Amino acid sequence: MNSEHSVGAVQPRDQVFSEPLRFRSGAVLDAYSLRYETYGALNADKSNAVLVCHALNAAHHIAGWYEDDPSNIGWWDNMIGPGKPLDTNRFFVIGVNNLGGCFGSTGPSSIDPKTGAPFGSTFPVITVEDWVNAQARLADTLGIARFAAVMGGSLGAMQALQWSIGYPERVNHVVAVAAAPKLSAQNIAFNEVARQAITTDPDFHGGNFYRHGVVPKRGLRLARMIGHITYLSDDAMMEKFGRSLREGKLGFHFDVDFEVESYLRHQGDKFSEYFDANTYLLITRALDYFDPAQNAGGNLSHAFAGALAKFLVISFTSDWRFSPGRSREIVKALQENRRDVAYAEIDAPHGHDAFLLEDPRYHALVRSFFENIHAGVGK
Amino acid sequence: MSLNGNTSLPGRKDFETIAQWIRPGSTVLDLGCGDGLLLKYLRQSKGVHGYGIEIDDASVLACVKNGVNVIQSDLERGLAGFEAGSFDYVILSQTLQAVRHTEEILKEILRVGRQGIVTFPNFGHWSQRLQIIFAGRMPVSDVLPYQWYNTPNLHLFTIADFESFCDSHAVRVLERLVLHRDQPVRFMPNLLGTLAVFRFEKDSAT
Repeated sequence: MNSEHSVGAVQPRDQVFSEPLRFRSGAVLDAYSLRYETYGALNADKSNAVLVCHALNAAHHIAGWYEDDPSNIGWWDNMIGPGKPLDTNRFFVIGVNNLGGCFGSTGPSSIDPKTGAPFGSTFPVITVEDWVNAQARLADTLGIARFAAVMGGSLGAMQALQWSIGYPERVNHVVAVAAAPKLSAQNIAFNEVARQAITTDPDFHGGNFYRHGVVPKRGLRLARMIGHITYLSDDAMMEKFGRSLREGKLGFHFDVDFEVESYLRHQGDKFSEYFDANTYLLITRALDYFDPAQNAGGNLSHAFAGALAKFLVISFTSDWRFSPGRSREIVKALQENRRDVAYAEIDAPHGHDAFLLEDPRYHALVRSFFENIHAGVGK
Repeated sequence: MSLNGNTSLPGRKDFETIAQWIRPGSTVLDLGCGDGLLLKYLRQSKGVHGYGIEIDDASVLACVKNGVNVIQSDLERGLAGFEAGSFDYVILSQTLQAVRHTEEILKEILRVGRQGIVTFPNFGHWSQRLQIIFAGRMPVSDVLPYQWYNTPNLHLFTIADFESFCDSHAVRVLERLVLHRDQPVRFMPNLLGTLAVFRFEKDSAT
């Protein structure tokens, strides 16, 4: 763990905001706080900042580890660190737990000062635009007027795209990996099954389970199992588990027979221990609602008309959740606006999760893109 | 987008020719753009805004390193992602002989681009002819350096073949340059030229 390519032991920080934030829904949050981590050093003219946006089940802890919990390694540690594709010797990297999250930022499990009880079901439905607005306020407090780059995978990529639309003057480059310009009906359908699993769990109590001292674990577990299936490709699952049997022979029961069942149950159990059910609902809803073309007459090209950034868009051939075709829609819209864009389609077998893995072609592209950004930073 | 710096590209006379033919500040789509050096050269010398299409992983990475717009995609699947008339020029540089669907690609070039520019090795050069006639072997040369069993080239053709193709496919040739060892060849180009560069458009009169 004491790798020379790790940012090492890190510490999260909290930033409190007392100015009310109006959500896209019209709801207002009077005050809130965001938990974030930073790596590397901000340069004198504050031109080397990179914001890394997280996807569904991750948070602000993107690189390094904690002194008191050394096995808790950041979720994008293979991408971010000294000498890594996003090199913290050159860039000041920020990870932030999004509003509505459950890893330290204000969310449904936080205490609502108006009631003295957790927000629970009263936490406003949040959108990608709202997250980006909150992130922009964090950037303000850090004195960052303009990011060298905003980067993310999956839902994180949606935030990076939204930055280029909502704050075109504040982002020079966008790296969008395993992205989609909006969810398909199938994507929304999977989210709905996951939400139903949670909301029909008797321990959910309409989102106010905190006061009952329970957690809708069965629902969370199912939601995670469903999600996990969509993150992997058919081939990757077959490769990893095949039809291997746990006990080496059929059990003629409905408990775990196949290794893949054991794996999914384990993933679901682990997830239900640490993830907040209301946050899961909020985040899947934010995914469903993201559709920048909707505000531009249904035309994605028009949605990017004001964008100024240079883009790197990367997809993976085996990703069926957000297939390469979804990234090509983004690239087409950018190209039609004559925006600078490089698009690569990585022939990787792992499915959607490939964006978290260390594929040399993928990492070389990100590295080269950031080397060019560095060459232009502060000049 | 710097207009300074080194804008000469030694050894690529075809690039220089293309650059001379292209209007400053125009838009270009380069099919099979390789490492993106032509696009970089056109940006630096002509202020061109361009995109490349390339299928090879290493070439896409080279384009990113060169700071060139690139879209990883298979040319053989056509240019479905591009609207009609969306580029001033569509370029196919030393790739036409290596594509499977020659007619379709040329049709796509003139759908997406207002003009097309292609460069290709001339199979009609005398040395190629002699190798077939006297040695009875498939020609191997500087511009066609492959053996018959490892060549990526699927359709070998001559300058005369291409001109006849243009005639029969309602393509109007606007400009032609034939080169040998980077020097223009004006006398008997189909016999003495090794590399041909054509600029053309749709002949809407026919």
